Amino acid sequence: MTTAAEPGQEVGKGRLRKEDARLITGRTRWTDNISLPGMLHMAVLRSPMAHARITNIDPSEARQMPGVLAVVTGADLADKQGSLPCAWPIAEDMKSPDAPSMAVNQVNFAGEVVAAVVARSAAEAADALEGIDVDYDELPVVLDLEQAIADGADLVHPDLGTNKSATWIFDSAEAGTGGPVDEAIASAEVTVERTFRQQRLIPAFMEPRSVVVDPTGEQVTMWSATQIPHILRLMLAMTLGVPEHKVRVIAPDVGGGFGGKLQVTPEEVITFLLAQQLGRPVKYTETRSESLASAHHGRDQLQKLTIAARRDGTVTGLKVELLADMGAYLRLVTPGVPILGAFMYNAIYKIPAYHFACTNVFTTKTPTDAYRGAGRPEATFAIERMMDELANELGMDPLDVREMNWIKHEEFPYTTVSTLTYDSGNYEAATARAKELFDYDGLRREQAERRQRGDTVQLGIGISTFTEMCGLAPSRVLGSLSYGAGGWEYGAIRMLPTGKVEVITGSSAHGQGHETAWSQIVADKLGVPFEDIEVLHGDTQSSPRGMDTYGSRSLTVGAMAVLSAADKVIEKAKPIAAHMMECSPDDLEFANGTFTVRGTDTSTGIADVALAVFAAHDLPDGVEPSLDSDATFDPENFSFPHGTHLCAAEADTETGQVRLRAYVAVDDVGKVVNPLIVEGQVHGGLVQGIAQALFEEAVYDESGTLMTGTLADYLVPSAADMPSFTTDRTETPSTTNALGVKGVGEAGTIASTPAVVNAIVDAIRHMGVNDVEMPCTPMRVWQAIQGGAQSAAGPGAEPGGGMGSLDAEGGAR
Amino acid sequence: MIPAEFDYVAPTTVDDAVRALADAGDEAKILAGGQSLIPVLRMRLAAPTKLIDLGKVTELQGVREDGGALVIGAMTTHYDVVRDPLIAEHAKLIGMATSTVADPQVRHRGTFGGSLAHADPAGDLAAPALALDVEMVVHGMDGRRTIPASEFFVDYFTTALRPGELLTEVRVPKYTGWHAHYEKFNRVAQAWSIVGVAAAVQVEGHTITQARVGLTNMSSVPVRASGVERALVGQEATPEAIKAAAQHAVEGTMPVADGNADAAYREHLAKVLTSRAVTAACG
Repeated sequence: MTTAAEPGQEVGKGRLRKEDARLITGRTRWTDNISLPGMLHMAVLRSPMAHARITNIDPSEARQMPGVLAVVTGADLADKQGSLPCAWPIAEDMKSPDAPSMAVNQVNFAGEVVAAVVARSAAEAADALEGIDVDYDELPVVLDLEQAIADGADLVHPDLGTNKSATWIFDSAEAGTGGPVDEAIASAEVTVERTFRQQRLIPAFMEPRSVVVDPTGEQVTMWSATQIPHILRLMLAMTLGVPEHKVRVIAPDVGGGFGGKLQVTPEEVITFLLAQQLGRPVKYTETRSESLASAHHGRDQLQKLTIAARRDGTVTGLKVELLADMGAYLRLVTPGVPILGAFMYNAIYKIPAYHFACTNVFTTKTPTDAYRGAGRPEATFAIERMMDELANELGMDPLDVREMNWIKHEEFPYTTVSTLTYDSGNYEAATARAKELFDYDGLRREQAERRQRGDTVQLGIGISTFTEMCGLAPSRVLGSLSYGAGGWEYGAIRMLPTGKVEVITGSSAHGQGHETAWSQIVADKLGVPFEDIEVLHGDTQSSPRGMDTYGSRSLTVGAMAVLSAADKVIEKAKPIAAHMMECSPDDLEFANGTFTVRGTDTSTGIADVALAVFAAHDLPDGVEPSLDSDATFDPENFSFPHGTHLCAAEADTETGQVRLRAYVAVDDVGKVVNPLIVEGQVHGGLVQGIAQALFEEAVYDESGTLMTGTLADYLVPSAADMPSFTTDRTETPSTTNALGVKGVGEAGTIASTPAVVNAIVDAIRHMGVNDVEMPCTPMRVWQAIQGGAQSAAGPGAEPGGGMGSLDAEGGAR
Repeated sequence: MIPAEFDYVAPTTVDDAVRALADAGDEAKILAGGQSLIPVLRMRLAAPTKLIDLGKVTELQGVREDGGALVIGAMTTHYDVVRDPLIAEHAKLIGMATSTVADPQVRHRGTFGGSLAHADPAGDLAAPALALDVEMVVHGMDGRRTIPASEFFVDYFTTALRPGELLTEVRVPKYTGWHAHYEKFNRVAQAWSIVGVAAAVQVEGHTITQARVGLTNMSSVPVRASGVERALVGQEATPEAIKAAAQHAVEGTMPVADGNADAAYREHLAKVLTSRAVTAACG
C-alpha cells in the first residue's frame, strides 16, 4: 500500500533510497574497501576445539614465513586486552566469566581466537596461520541446556562453580500488576502446557565483519563494520584503558547487521592492539566461515509455557519458564536478550496472572547475543503458538480465542500485566483487513475439503496477531533493568551558507535507509528540497554523540532528535528573519521554508537567513552567527507496532515438504515516513522470520563443532523459496512521539515465525500432530506425521480430538 | 578465504592439457568451471600446487551429433546444456536434470564434464548419466579410452579416471521420443539434492515399453533403479502401477544420514519421488 502524500510533502512519499546506488554496486566505502598507506593485514587462528586447555603454542615457524611482521598469542596480549564488555548485568549476583579477546589458557568454544598473524598481505597472513602449532588438552563439552544445569554437570568455567549465569524473575503478584499464576493454573478449567525450542540462529548479515585500525595520528582511528560506532568507542576506552578522546570510530557503509554487529568484537580489540603495537594501519576481514562460527549467534532457548483459561476461551494465567543459552561468554547485551522477551509473552492479550522466569546458562558454544527482535521473537512465537494450542484444546477458531482476549481498540492506553503501557493500537482493524486480503473463510473451506478427500497435500492456516516493544528505549526503564547505558539519541542540523543542510544523527545506518528518511523528515520541517540535505552518520568525529542503531529505535528515537534540532534551527532563524524584514518575531509565520510577515506578502527564505548568518554583517544584537542546533531525545515510552499475519501452508504429507501458498501481513507501524522503506523492512523481516520456521539452524555435533559452518549448510533462503507476500497497513499513530511513528525494523521477523509454524501444525493436526520443532524441515514434518499416525494414544487422542480448530466435517466448532 | 598458492596454466587444446597434467603429476587439479573446486581451495580443504584450467580448450565446448549418439563436450556449461536443441530432442532427461543444478550463476560457470568428474553423490547429473548408459570419453598420455557410466562412478568424489586422464566428452545414446523427468528434492532452491530421481520412459499407447531410472544421493555413487525399471516395463502407465513399481527404488541403495535426512527417510523419499518422476515422465 502506498500512502498518498500531499503535493510537496516528503513524509509519506515512497522515495527511492538515496543510498541504494552505491550500496548495491558496492562502489562505496565498505570497511574492506579501505586501503591505507603502509597498511598490514591480520589473520587469526581459531580453536577447532569447543573446550580445551591450551598446553602449548609454538608460533616460531609462522614468524619465519614470508611477509610476516608479528605473530601473537594470548600470552602476549594477556595483560593488555582486558575483558570484552558486557553492558547488561541483569542481576547483582550474575556470574560473568572473564572474556579475553584472545584465549590465554583455555578455549571455551570452537572458533575462539588463539593467535593472530600480521603480514604485508592478506595472503601471507593466511598462509602463516599454518605455521602456528597449538597443543590442546581436551575438556568435556557442555552442549545441552538441561544437562548443563543438572547436578554434577561438567562446567564451562569451573571457577564459577556452576553453568548458571543468572536467574531473572517477573511475577505479576509480586509486582502488583496481576494475580498469582499458580492459583490461576490450579483453578483453571483448561490448561495447556507446551515446551518449545527456539533453535540457535546465525545473523548472517551480507557483509562479513571487517575492521581497519590506523594508529598513525594523534587519535587512533578505527573503521569497523559495526552497528555501534559510538558505543564501540566508549567500550574500547573502558576495556583497553585508552583515553576516549584519543579514539575515533567510523562505521562507514555497513552491509547489514540484524543485531549481529551490535557487538564489541574480539577481532576489533586485537586489531586495535596490534596496530598500536606495530605503529601501522592493520586490516582484518573475516571470512564467511569465520563469521558463521564465531560472530555471535541468536535465539537458542528452551521455553516451557503453561496457559490457563476458562472453557469459554478467556485466558486466566500464563507461566513462562525459560532456559537461555548464553554460549561460552557474556557479550555486550547477551544476558538481557531473553529478558527483553519477559515483557512480550502477554503480547496483545489481557492476562490477569503472569509469571516469567529465565535462567541464563553457559555452554561451550559460540556466545549468543542480539539478533533481529532479540527476545521478542521468542516470546511472540511462544504465545502465538500457545493461543493456537489453546484454541485447539477448546475446539475454537484460533482467531476467536485471540479476539476474546486481546486489548480492545477503545481500551488504549493500556497497562499490561508485565508493566508496559501500550500507547495505541487497533488489533480489530488489522485483523479484519488481513482476513479480507487472505480470504480466510475461503481457505478454511478449502482446508476442510482437502481433509475430507484425504488429499496428500494438506492445507493449514497460521495466525500471528503480534505486537512488540521497540524504539529502545526510555533511559529510566533501561536503568531499572540494570542496563549499562541510556536509551536517548542525538541529532543536529548544520545550515550551510548556500542553504544546503547537513543532518547529523547518532543513529548508525547499516542498510535501513536513514539518509533517505531523515532527508524527507527534515525537508518537510525546514522546507528545503530533499536533494539539498545530506545525512552524516557513523563517525564519532562528525556525529559526536550517539547510541547507534538496533531495536527498531532509529526513527522513533533518532529521528525525533533530528526533528527537535530542526525546531531549534527555526527558532534561531526567527529573530534574524524578523530583523531582516524589520518586523517583530511575533509577527512571523514559518511554512515551507519561508518566514512570512503575518498578513502581508513580505517574506524571506530560510536559505537567505542562512546566508545572512554566514555573513553576520547585520544580525540583531546579542544573536550569535549560527543557526546550527542539536538536540538529544529520550523517549518517554517504547513503541508498540502490531499487526495480523496470516499464513497458508501446504504440507505434502508424503514427503513432509512445506510450501507457503499465501502470506498476508497487515502491519500497523503508525505514521509512515517512506512506504517503500517500510515495505522493504517488512519483506526482509518476513523472510528472516520464515527462515527460522523452515530453514535456518546452527547445528553443533557432539564434540561442539559447528556443522552448519558454510552457507551451503546454514540455509539462508532466497526469493525463490518464498511466496509472494501480500502486505498492507493500518495506521494507528503512536501517541508517544510527535511524528506518530512506530518501529518497523523487527516487526516482520517477530510476527512471521509463529504464523508459519501454526500453519504447518494446522495442516497436519488431524494426523495427530500438535507441534513440529523448528526449523520444520521436510524430515521433521514427515516424522511428526508418522509419529502422530502411529500413536493411537498420541496427541490425536487429546481433548479437542487433535482436529485443530475444525471438526471432522470441516466446520469451525 | 584465500587459497594456498598454486601455479596456473590455461592450455588451449586437449593435447596440451593432457601434457600439462602429465607434467604436473599428482599435485595438479583440473579447473573445469570451478564451482566446486574454488570453494574447496578457498577453504583450504585442498592445496594443489597447479591448476590446469580447461576454460580455453574450445574443442571441449558444445554439443554435436555423431550417428546414433550425442557428444557433449566436457566443458559445455550447464547453461548451454539446458538450452541445447539436440539435448532437448534426444536426451531430454539430461537437460531437465541440468536445469535443477544450483542457481543461474553456477549454471553459467559450471560444466557438464566438471560436474560428472567431481562425482558428488548429491550432484544431479550422474544419475541421468547412469540411467541413460552414457559413455565417458577420456584422454591421457596413453591416448583415448571410453568408460561406461556404470563403471565410471567408484565412490564419494571418486571416478574411474586414472592419474593423468582428462574427461573430454560424454557420448549419450539418442533417446529420441522418450519422455523424461528429473524429480529433485531439496530444502532451498540452490541446495544439493537430498534425493533426486531421474526417469526416462517409452510409452506406446498407455503401456510403458522401456524405462530407465537413476537415483541421486541414495548411495556413495548414483544408483540405477533396475528393479523399478523391470517392474515398470509392460505396465499400464497408471498411478497405481507406477507406485507399485516405485517400491523397488530402495533396492541396491545405501543411503547415508546427514542433517537433512536419515537413511529411513531417504528410502521413503526414493520411493515417493520415483513414483512422482515416472508419473511426470509418462505425462
